[in-house]
Amino acid sequence: MTDRPDLENWTCPVPLRDQTSIVMGHGGGGRLSSELVEHLFLPAFTGTPLAGVLERLGDSAVLELAGSRLAFTTDSYVVRPRFFPGGNVGDLAVNGTVNDLSVSGAVPLALSAGLILEEGMPLDELGVITQTMGDAARAAGVSIVTGDTKVVDAGHGDGVYINTAGIGLVRDGLMLGPDQVRPGDRILLSGPIAAHGIAVLSVREGLEFGSEIVTDSQPLNGLIGALLDSGARVSMMRDPTRGGVAATLNEVAAASGCGVQIVESAVPVPDDVRAACAFLGLDPMLVANEGRVVVFVRAGDADLAAETLRSHPAGTGAALIGEVVAEHPGIVVAKTGIGGTRVVDLPLAEQLPRIC
Amino acid sequence: MKYLDEFGDADLAKRLLDDIAASTTQPWALMEVCGGQTHTIIRNGIDQLLPDQIELIHGPGCPVCVTPLETIDRALAIAARPDVIFCSFGDMIRVPGSSDDLFRIKSRGGDVRIVYSPLDAVKIAQENPDKQVVFFGVGFETTAPANAMTVKLAKQQGIDNFSLLVSHVLVPPAIRTIMDSPTRRVQGFLAAGHVCTVMGLGEYEALVEQYQVPIVATGFEPLDVLEGIRRVVRQLENGVAELDNAYPRAVQPQGNPVAQQVVREVFEICDRNWRGIGMIPQSGWRLNADHADYDAEKRFEVLGITTVESPLCRSGEVLQGLIKPNECSAFGKQCTPRLPLGAPMVSSEGACAAYYQFRRLEVPA
Repeated sequence: MTDRPDLENWTCPVPLRDQTSIVMGHGGGGRLSSELVEHLFLPAFTGTPLAGVLERLGDSAVLELAGSRLAFTTDSYVVRPRFFPGGNVGDLAVNGTVNDLSVSGAVPLALSAGLILEEGMPLDELGVITQTMGDAARAAGVSIVTGDTKVVDAGHGDGVYINTAGIGLVRDGLMLGPDQVRPGDRILLSGPIAAHGIAVLSVREGLEFGSEIVTDSQPLNGLIGALLDSGARVSMMRDPTRGGVAATLNEVAAASGCGVQIVESAVPVPDDVRAACAFLGLDPMLVANEGRVVVFVRAGDADLAAETLRSHPAGTGAALIGEVVAEHPGIVVAKTGIGGTRVVDLPLAEQLPRIC
Repeated sequence: MKYLDEFGDADLAKRLLDDIAASTTQPWALMEVCGGQTHTIIRNGIDQLLPDQIELIHGPGCPVCVTPLETIDRALAIAARPDVIFCSFGDMIRVPGSSDDLFRIKSRGGDVRIVYSPLDAVKIAQENPDKQVVFFGVGFETTAPANAMTVKLAKQQGIDNFSLLVSHVLVPPAIRTIMDSPTRRVQGFLAAGHVCTVMGLGEYEALVEQYQVPIVATGFEPLDVLEGIRRVVRQLENGVAELDNAYPRAVQPQGNPVAQQVVREVFEICDRNWRGIGMIPQSGWRLNADHADYDAEKRFEVLGITTVESPLCRSGEVLQGLIKPNECSAFGKQCTPRLPLGAPMVSSEGACAAYYQFRRLEVPA
């Protein structure tokens, strides 16, 4: 790691090096996002006592404090529209942070809520959003214990942006992370994918699909708690939000130095979501989820883990989708429905709908 | 799911593959014309499942890929204007012009919007009477009716702040160019099903007749593509050249007369430059004289913008089926989806991007 951004040897010429400005793709959770973190944020934040924690780039930072391990995470929610089928930015902001803590093996304890409000934002809408936040916190059993409010001029925000940070305690003795992932590990997905991204898109773009596609946003702490209670030897978990399951699998493949093989037909996608994706030319593997977890578990415990997930209300649609292999390190390969194979790449930025 | 699941059935795919393998006795080179079919082939690994003797050559049928560089540069010049809302299909946004793309124009404050239907752009024009709204009307015959409809509507309803940046291309002249090429290797075509849905099959009869080449209208799901391949191979093995329809659930011999009527009303045939390939006579549509007022190139006076393409990029040879994407020396090195030199690396329908995304295992690092 260098002291400052190495602009000369930067591998990403689009667009920062040439343009010195951010494009939407930098927030898309794909390759551009990772490059921003790797080349700009990490070098800037190095040299502090706990910088090594940041460099692990986990869903949460895990800090050793007085004999306990504290998980600490933060996320900002800038979803447009604010309301979408099955939820709004409020429950998303709570569930997202609860889930980032949970996949790190922590029991979520407390959240902060930072609200950036745009001048003119209707108070009744804000009331609904904050009430939903409270409901989500109560449902997940976490407390919102501190907060902040700022107001910006009209035209400088989409009504409300919410930042939540959260802390939780990591279970004793539990070691999770890409360094725990081994060839042979099985890969489980806790339920059908892509509903959240399509639900938001359908409202934002005014698309109607005949049936209403509802977000999958939900807290995962109960589900993950049950999984860990079962004794299944979990090596790693991650919630496939931006960039979808494809981004998550690629991140784990890259960080673990292993290959990932999945069976495409085993990845559950609801019929209406699949139809919407086919219609728009989107790949469900790249669409965001807000209530799903990808679990890496030792092969001998895969059945136990799958049964445990399926017997919890948040994981009824859980499926075994693939395994970790020693071959093709860092690369995700899918067996296609008709028996061929393909590489599942990390998306560059947001997916673009295809022309025809 | 109706019309999706049954056309991706693994058992039926196996039967078609067995049938193709059983009837193949010698090497054949087939071209799938449409980028949507290339996407299906690579995404499902169809080419790996075919007998070694069957070679699939990826055709020039990705509208994003063949839109000329200078048209992209004109689009960028228009989109950068403060008085313009520039609307486009999603995957045109990242196509590189000579030094910019629409994403960067947007990041500098340009109002660039992805729309799902061209008619949405007309609606945006109605809602923003103080802005000029431009739709980037690219594509083959498939997208032409909806693009033509925007101008027809704008004219009917007096929406004068709407205009169309047109770069339409046509399949039959491209097939003719490929067949006339002295280096051609293609022995049979999978014609683009959705183009045939609009235009019908009539135009292809003359091509089959003149070049004695099998042409089979083919759909886009895995079984559709396999069935198209099966029918072309069967013709080749039997020494016949016929026009056939393997996509009858969408393609009628006469096409869609209503759609054709809208196109005739608004567009006229013109010569068209294809990115990476060059000028193909009578291979495009532009707005006709009655609708020239809605031509964005004229309205914004960008016809003076002309550009040359990167000498490293061999997309022209890829698009003509002369080389595979990974045979280009820039593939995966100077040219990746992140920094594409040529348009086939941009759209997920583009042959180079499809190779990069799904076939990297075969490419030496």
